[in-house]
Amino acid sequence: MPKTKFDILETTCVPLPLENVDTDQIIPARFLSATSREGFGDNLFRDWRYLKSGEKNPDFVLNSPVYSGKVLVAGKNFGSGSSREHAVWAIYDYGFRAVVSSFFADIFKNNSLNNGLLPIVISEELLQKLQSQVKKDPSTKVRIDLEKQEFSVLPTGDTARFEINAYKKECLLKGLDDIDFLIAMKDQITDYENNKIMVK
Amino acid sequence: METKTLFDKIWDGHVVRSIKEGPDVLYIDRHYIHEVTSPQAFNGLRQRGIKVFRPEKTIATADHNIPTKDQHLTIKDELSRNQVEKLSQNCRENGIEYFGLNHSKNGIVHIIGPELGYTLPGMTIVCGDSHTSTHGAFGTIAFGIGTSEVEMVLATQCIMQPKPKKMRITVNGRLEKGVTSKDIILYIISRISAAGGTGYFVEFAGSAIQSLSMEARMTICNMSIEMGARGGLIAPDETTFEYLKILSVVHGVNDFNKALEGWKKLKSDDSAVFDMELVYEAADIKPMITYGTNPGMGMAIDAAIPVSDTAGKEASASYMKSLAYMGFKPDMKLIGHPVDYVFIGSCTNGRIEDFRAFAELIRGKKKADSITALIVPGSKRVEEQMKQEGLVKIYEEAGFEVRQPGCSSCLAMNEDKIPAGKYAVSTSNRNFEGRQGPGARTLLASPLTAAAAAVTGRITDPRTLLS
Repeated sequence: MPKTKFDILETTCVPLPLENVDTDQIIPARFLSATSREGFGDNLFRDWRYLKSGEKNPDFVLNSPVYSGKVLVAGKNFGSGSSREHAVWAIYDYGFRAVVSSFFADIFKNNSLNNGLLPIVISEELLQKLQSQVKKDPSTKVRIDLEKQEFSVLPTGDTARFEINAYKKECLLKGLDDIDFLIAMKDQITDYENNKIMVK
Repeated sequence: METKTLFDKIWDGHVVRSIKEGPDVLYIDRHYIHEVTSPQAFNGLRQRGIKVFRPEKTIATADHNIPTKDQHLTIKDELSRNQVEKLSQNCRENGIEYFGLNHSKNGIVHIIGPELGYTLPGMTIVCGDSHTSTHGAFGTIAFGIGTSEVEMVLATQCIMQPKPKKMRITVNGRLEKGVTSKDIILYIISRISAAGGTGYFVEFAGSAIQSLSMEARMTICNMSIEMGARGGLIAPDETTFEYLKILSVVHGVNDFNKALEGWKKLKSDDSAVFDMELVYEAADIKPMITYGTNPGMGMAIDAAIPVSDTAGKEASASYMKSLAYMGFKPDMKLIGHPVDYVFIGSCTNGRIEDFRAFAELIRGKKKADSITALIVPGSKRVEEQMKQEGLVKIYEEAGFEVRQPGCSSCLAMNEDKIPAGKYAVSTSNRNFEGRQGPGARTLLASPLTAAAAAVTGRITDPRTLLS
């Protein structure tokens, strides 16, 4: 899937200070029957976002008139559990372009990077500070500079460097795709098959 | 000479290319697919105008989104039916072997891979499902991937992965009667938390692990993802080779004895270094049960719920939210707590040995009136074997109905949902909020503990019912 390029993002954020948010919460299994990638944003955090009656849950942050923005500020171990990429599609489809946490589950992190959603790891200390800052002042803006690998909380001046491997950074900056990269390698893959493979 | 772990040996042998400051391009020997996480990947291939690169290396089944009753009829739910039909069509168009509904080889992807002889030692195996780690029981590198990666494998038989760190978890000694491999893994996760393995690939070792059957080893590797690990594996040994020897087909192997010689070399070097090592004693492990909404929230069945998730500190908001969802309080004991539902099945505990264990405990007893039970074999073969061994009769005499294979209530994509607020003792792998249905309260446990709840209607220590 061709991706939009990721460069610099300056935006307000939405706080979700819960730990161990698993992909079943992000998108419950009963919404996984679709065969396309679109439209999952409507059911993002479905069972927290809506009450049993079907009405919006006024206590859930996505329904709050106060918070909005393109960055989701999550708690540690975000995206654990199921490998469903639908979780990333839902977050992206809703309008987020980055998720900030002190710790992501591995598969979720890979899935995010493969879909142009940037997972940013910052220290637990800065994460806590950011959560309280956003709670105190919902107009708090953050700035993400992918080229410089810098994450800044604008009003407080806190800046942290985040890690991303050079290859993935290049992909995101240029909107490139792993599959194109692999397809271009087919001769090398065939060579590998001819020479190394144990089980055919 | 450089020493290597088993994980290193298999990984390094599958690297087609290493990208500087980037991931490795890893060759995949076996790719399993199912209806839920594959349709978008096939759409991607279509958009690029390409076909599946190595169709013979991909095996398909329908399992996640299918009913477990009346499978001979058309699937009622339109979206589910469409998804299963799409898989069938995608496989047909691309020449992929497909074990669809009613096929004698149909079943949960992680049950059929091993039982049909597709999962072999030393392989790299992926599937768009986090419980792909199950196959690690055979000494394979097996892990779950997202749909973009499914598309990569279909297109090129490779994926791009950063190499994880290595952890070894050793469990020494002998398990007490009534304690199973499910209890071992729930115990380990309760010790290191649902995130404790993140970034690692785990090798399970030690005499307690070596004494386990292949089925029991699969349960352990299956849940390595529940501690956040990329996967788990166990070095193949005589138990593994015996399992493979009695299979009617071992796919891709022309000379079994020659393959066997290679498999026997698959172990970590004696002096291999792991990034983390943990050691546990089997004697410390009791039947386990979870009390919260992630698999790390587990305890011995006769223990009390911890007062806090951080020793010496006040409980976190997430911890209290989790207990509130479950309707539990800190310091509460769960023994004797009423149960509404019991579920035995899933890729964690849906193998023949699991149904034998359950049967051993319910034999000659009756299902408690208050219990609704979902008895779901992991595959057509398991279902058939249950009939042949007379297990179905034991279940029926005790008042239980055996359903047809599928993932069923483990993730409740089909109609096998636990109603809101109800308590279910489940042999599956996840107790997340709403996992078994909106508002459902899941208590993860072994097949023996599930059986004990099924006949008493309460959380019961299975050791008290075993003769």
